[in-house]
Amino acid sequence: MAVAREDRRWGSAVVMTIYLMFLLLPIYWLVNMSFKTNAEITGAFSLWPTDPTLRNYRVILTDPSWYMGYVNSLTYVVMNTAISLAVALPAAYAFSRYRFLGDRHLFFWLLSNRMAPPAVFALPFFQLYSAVGLFDTHIAVALAHCLFNVPLAVWILEGFMSGVPREIDETAYIDGYSFPEFFVRIFTPLIASGIGVAAFFCFMFSWVELLLSRTLTSVNAKPIAATMTRTVSASGLDWGVLAAAGVLTIVPGALVIWFVRNYIAKGFALGRV
Amino acid sequence: MEKPVNNRAWFLVLPVLVLVAFSAVIPLMTVVNYSVQDTFGNNEFFWNGIGWFKDVLESDRVHAALGRQLLFSGIILAIEIPLGIFIALNMPKRGFWASLCLVLMALPLLIPWNVVGTIWQVFGRVDIGLLGHTLAALGFDYNYVNDPIDAWATIIVMDVWHWTSLVALLCYAGLQSIPDAYYQAARIDQASRWGVFRFIELPKMSGVLLIAVLLRFMDSFMIYTEPFVVTGGGPGNATTFLSIDLVKMAIGQFDLGPAAAFSLIYFLVILLISWVFYTVMTAQREVP
Repeated sequence: MAVAREDRRWGSAVVMTIYLMFLLLPIYWLVNMSFKTNAEITGAFSLWPTDPTLRNYRVILTDPSWYMGYVNSLTYVVMNTAISLAVALPAAYAFSRYRFLGDRHLFFWLLSNRMAPPAVFALPFFQLYSAVGLFDTHIAVALAHCLFNVPLAVWILEGFMSGVPREIDETAYIDGYSFPEFFVRIFTPLIASGIGVAAFFCFMFSWVELLLSRTLTSVNAKPIAATMTRTVSASGLDWGVLAAAGVLTIVPGALVIWFVRNYIAKGFALGRV
Repeated sequence: MEKPVNNRAWFLVLPVLVLVAFSAVIPLMTVVNYSVQDTFGNNEFFWNGIGWFKDVLESDRVHAALGRQLLFSGIILAIEIPLGIFIALNMPKRGFWASLCLVLMALPLLIPWNVVGTIWQVFGRVDIGLLGHTLAALGFDYNYVNDPIDAWATIIVMDVWHWTSLVALLCYAGLQSIPDAYYQAARIDQASRWGVFRFIELPKMSGVLLIAVLLRFMDSFMIYTEPFVVTGGGPGNATTFLSIDLVKMAIGQFDLGPAAAFSLIYFLVILLISWVFYTVMTAQREVP
């Protein structure tokens, strides 16, 4: 029996190793390319850079048309996260604590926006934001991403808030706290991890989205992802720079993921595990 | 405990309502507007009734895209769900290795979708990509640019690479909620490995598994960026899925009427699926 279980543990380790290899190999290939010269990429096939160079990263970090892409992306992503959380917090509280006229329908309607295909909204968004003079601004992309991030934030926060017993609210009101005071000083610290997870997911979905952010911008707010697609379609590809740009888009996600590793699944399940 | 009824809670929901109305309802009304009108340019529109809807519903092009879309979503689910469960069962339960696995597995989920496309586009190239080069060296005639089968295979492997971890993470969270006592009881009963899976692990995972299936179905149903970057919908129309077709119609050809009608039908399909999703999820919460 003990031997069988030992065997199984080795089996699991082998399965996980193979799976993680499968996940990491394409990423490794991109990182590998980003340290090569273009001559080496197209000329010789090598599993690791024989003549490592930082030239590709230098190109990106010194050329404003490249690095401004990152600044633009980060700007609208942060704006979107702030807006989403600010409006989602009170709404999630209302959904988790009270019943009110039409609450279920409203909740469903919010969810349906998370599921709406961005392709459906691309053209109307373009016309709407052009009409109000917001085309090619960061706030336009931030507002457009609210379409799927606000419902997501409401769902995740509602899940976390429902885990806090309602007696806490009632005790606080009896102790003489007003609603805003209670919400900021007592309730917010209690759901801090939920807020962190919601922020992470808003950040992430706004960061990975391309269709809407590309449609709504041309020059001033062009995201890094769109800058990259232009390079792909242009003739005379600079593979090394493309790979380096790709690697740099992975970095922000990789940095924040460690902090939310235990909540990732809960976030993907919309706060319901 | 029943929640108290309080209609003043509406004030707390109001900001969300205004924001989502601005970013969802107004654009949607524009779409409805286009879907029932036709134009000869110059911003002069006239009423076209349900003409566009009829066109779209009878269009071979849309039928073909829908067929490809359903086939794609079907294949994706058939691979990712069992594989995700299998991976979740093999993950370390706790400690440093569990954290490391979680972080590494989540990595593909955080890569911008067009970069996912770029990674696979490069990875699959015969001249400079590891996958393409290896396959060519092994004697396979692999070329995702010209061969529809290879294009499909590449996109499916890419999606498996991108999203299987989501299924695995959800299942892992479900498995974590099983108390050790269940396993001990199974050991006393001398249950087989299959028995443990079938009667303890699977029922405990059913909730999250349902979420995983529905999320994967809907997201694969709306897939746009990744196949667009890898194949651009080709070769021919072989990998033109619904969203790619829609964007081609709306922004490429500026056929506003048909595109709008197409959008509404597409949206109604999604709405129907969302409703099933919502019903299932709320029902599950009420019966814990």
